[in-house]
Amino acid sequence: MGSGVNGMEGRGLDESLAELRQTFRSGKTRTASWRKSQLKALLRLIHENEDKIFEALKHDLGKHAVEAYRDELGVVEKSANNSLSCLDEWMAPKKSKLPLLFFPASAQVLPEPLGLVLILTSWNFPISMALDPVIGAISAGNSVVLKPSEQAPACSSLLAHTIPLYLDSKAIKVIEGGKEISQQLLEQKWDKIFFTGSSSVARIVMSAAAKHLTPVTLELGGKCPVIYDHLSSPSDTEVAVKRIVGGKWGPCNGQACIGVDYVLVEEKYASQAIEMLKKTIKKFYGENPEQLQNISRIVNEHHFQRLRNLIKDPLVADSIVHGGLIDEEKLFIEPTILLDPPLDADIMTEEIFGPLLPIITLKNIEESIEFINSRPKPLALYAFTKNEAFKRRILSETSSGSVTFNDIMVQFLCDTLPFGGVGESGFGSYHGKYSFDNFSHGKAVLQRYFFLELEPRFPPWNDFKMNFIRLAYKFDYLGLILLLLGLSRD
Amino acid sequence: MGTLSVNLLHFCSVDGGYTRSLRNQFPKKRNLLLPIPVLNKQKRLQFAHSSFICSAALAVMPDEIKKVFDIESAASLMKELRGSFNSGKTKSYEWRITQLKGIEKMIDEREKEILEALRKDLSKPEAEAFMSEISMTKGACKSALKELSHWMKPKKAKTSITTYPSSAEIMSEPLGVVLIISPWNFPFCQLLSVDPVIGAIAAGNAVVLKPSEIAPAASNLLSKLFEEYLDNSSIRVVEGAVPETTALLEQKWDKIFYTGSSRVGRIIMAAAAKHLTPITLELGGKCPVVVDSNVNLQVAVRRIIAGKWACNDGQACVAPDYIITTKDFAPKLIDVMRHELEEFFGKNPMESEDMSRIVSVQHFKRLTNLLDEDNVSDKIIFGGQRDENRLKIAPTVLLDVPEDTEIMREEIFGPLLPILTVEKLEESFNVINSKPKPLAAYLFSENKQLHKDFVNNISAGGMLINDTILHLTVSSLPFGGVGESGMGSYHGKFSFDTFSHKKAVLCRGFGGESSARYPPYTPRKLKLLKTLNSGNILSILLALLGFSKD
Repeated sequence: MGSGVNGMEGRGLDESLAELRQTFRSGKTRTASWRKSQLKALLRLIHENEDKIFEALKHDLGKHAVEAYRDELGVVEKSANNSLSCLDEWMAPKKSKLPLLFFPASAQVLPEPLGLVLILTSWNFPISMALDPVIGAISAGNSVVLKPSEQAPACSSLLAHTIPLYLDSKAIKVIEGGKEISQQLLEQKWDKIFFTGSSSVARIVMSAAAKHLTPVTLELGGKCPVIYDHLSSPSDTEVAVKRIVGGKWGPCNGQACIGVDYVLVEEKYASQAIEMLKKTIKKFYGENPEQLQNISRIVNEHHFQRLRNLIKDPLVADSIVHGGLIDEEKLFIEPTILLDPPLDADIMTEEIFGPLLPIITLKNIEESIEFINSRPKPLALYAFTKNEAFKRRILSETSSGSVTFNDIMVQFLCDTLPFGGVGESGFGSYHGKYSFDNFSHGKAVLQRYFFLELEPRFPPWNDFKMNFIRLAYKFDYLGLILLLLGLSRD
Repeated sequence: MGTLSVNLLHFCSVDGGYTRSLRNQFPKKRNLLLPIPVLNKQKRLQFAHSSFICSAALAVMPDEIKKVFDIESAASLMKELRGSFNSGKTKSYEWRITQLKGIEKMIDEREKEILEALRKDLSKPEAEAFMSEISMTKGACKSALKELSHWMKPKKAKTSITTYPSSAEIMSEPLGVVLIISPWNFPFCQLLSVDPVIGAIAAGNAVVLKPSEIAPAASNLLSKLFEEYLDNSSIRVVEGAVPETTALLEQKWDKIFYTGSSRVGRIIMAAAAKHLTPITLELGGKCPVVVDSNVNLQVAVRRIIAGKWACNDGQACVAPDYIITTKDFAPKLIDVMRHELEEFFGKNPMESEDMSRIVSVQHFKRLTNLLDEDNVSDKIIFGGQRDENRLKIAPTVLLDVPEDTEIMREEIFGPLLPILTVEKLEESFNVINSKPKPLAAYLFSENKQLHKDFVNNISAGGMLINDTILHLTVSSLPFGGVGESGMGSYHGKFSFDTFSHKKAVLCRGFGGESSARYPPYTPRKLKLLKTLNSGNILSILLALLGFSKD
């Protein structure tokens, strides 16, 4: 995989960045027409290259086209369309209320682009995780450098080659490469860095950003739990299990930041839950574990070994109740269920990010709150329950990026909801208007006029002015009038 | 604010009975020694921080040996507050209201002491102190008390057909245990010290406030009053300077809110990176004032003076730093300014009771150094008088100081006001844009088109047209910087949001299950997903029925 700025062989990084800054300064990226034209071009890129994108995803991750459309192209299309239809509204300044005391005046908050932004993305959704933030950055009127993950090389290369053909390459560039390029990029001064990835790299990114006082958004992950309460209706149970299986092994075979990490269930319902999970896995992916269909593979050797090590520990291996088949050649790991692996094993202390699913049993499902609270805050928390009181407890007593009741991962599709973490799962959020805000500075603008001057604002100070200010801050207009007339209520 | 505040000498404070003085060593660049006033007993602390190493010499009076607040004390404080936060008590509406009322009561009952402390630290005139500090804090408290239930209420969000049937909302939850590090220039004020505390409490967090050691009387008073009026299991004040701050920064906070210089801002952010702690940085910058020739000059000048000299003597993050006007208009502007200053502060401003003084000897020296630089001292139009004993510098106006001087590169943060002249006012945009983004930018003009161009072409934390600093009293406007002037914003609801996590909550029912989501995947499922994505109900129905419009 070659590295460097695509389409500008022989030109240095400094020169490319200078060009991007120049474009931003020219004011071109601020116009609504530029932003819209770029969003439309991005949609065209997706439509005209659909097959190539499917192919690249197949190559990097073995993703099936339907999965690829659902989690990648569809997401980008939906975001771009949403931005296009809302852009004028987002760009309009918002009026703020002013106290009467300020009369005559007007106040507003005006969103302005931050400048040149850097987007560092991850390999698990190499198209949507790259282009979704780009849509936000463009919508907000910034110039952009996108650094796709080198661990999904086909997608990285595809983005680097197609983006210049569709988008304005004076304002939007793709820079490919690995660690070294990332380091070089991080040394530069950006107006915003948007990072999707692991919390260990996030610390490096934020430390680098500190040198230039660059604001950052960190989209990390964490161990996202599922609280699986007993549902009395068999049909509900069936739907719940489908959603868990679809949410765990569907999107990139568990290699997703909001994928299910582990399931909490009451002891007495564990075996029933496991049976249903097994049945649904077979229904979705086929009977023969050596020839499963419709499921992504592990991204690379490194992650394959990492996952394999997670289940190497004999105590962990003993807890496997389903699956466990490993095919090193194909980098494939079968959907695997573990029952009560030791809580101090790596599989229960680190984010799994793969097709292994520990089931943790509790005496009482309400204990799950304490269980979750004793671990770092996850990006997403899922709970299948119809118990309203329990729902309220979950909401008020736990903390996570998001909470979804009775489904998995669909919160990602809601443009009206902010998507982002808290604590170890990151900070800053995006999607829809939140993406636009993420890449904008909300500039407060207050307009005053020259007539009607409040003399008591100015020195020399005296008792009258002191009284005036006291009343003014209380917005005590009657008191002010009395004071001005030389009367007093005291 | 105070771009220089890490600048070596600042961490010297006189605090009640003991004196403490520090020396920062920047190993590569400078090595400055300070005379240590009382040297009965000396302790040395070593602490390293990212790129520089500080060594601190503590001089403690023998009869008042205070326990040093070190990393261990910080850790145990953190443990205590975390326990308190985890108990859930700070999350309740009642707790938040009680604490906010506590702050309100504290200000009502102890106003005299607060004003006294401010006079000690900055010889701040009472009316000014009241205007900029006390009443604004009270206002912030009042509005938080009034709006809290509304702020805390989850906001409904629309859901799309893709997730039908469902309902969604956004819930504000407290972040946890937060650290607020505040500056010295408004040590009490709503703005910089108690205002973020109000936001943090309103959002339901446990709070540690580190007031500035450079305003020792206010710092001491805050510590005393917080203990008396607020819930100590969840809200604390830690007094101290660099070593104490360093010990605090070693801890894992859920949010750090810092007001101060961009240099320290970088250190804070690097420390926060280790724990992935989100930060809000309220910094400063050189806030420009562009003055057009078509304005009501008297009103404009009075408003500039109000923002510069009548507001902490220019020692404020939003104070006008320099003026840009046209060559022809400058003499007129200067004349009116001279006249209005005399109206406000009398013939001899050095004797005026209506102006704050410079906070410390160090800042006094920094400011006089700015004035004494070659190419600067001969640009003084009026002012320039100084009195080191009383830490006073007269309002000083300079004309056409060269751009490469210290006074035009650094944030001034004091009573000096350079005026730059340009041929055409539009050139001012280039001057401003060639410097780091300021916290505030001001324009005085009657020209509507110029208003528009100014707002669209200049990036700044906030903008105010035809006045100065007033925008920060508007709680419906976010107050915060961009670029070098910081990140994140606060005031009113924005303070609440700064200290909250916006948790997305999606509730789904068990119906409306679409098999297209699940494998085994088929071409028909792909088509259905595409149609669903288009949001076109008719197409979705057709696709579900197996028809297609194509």
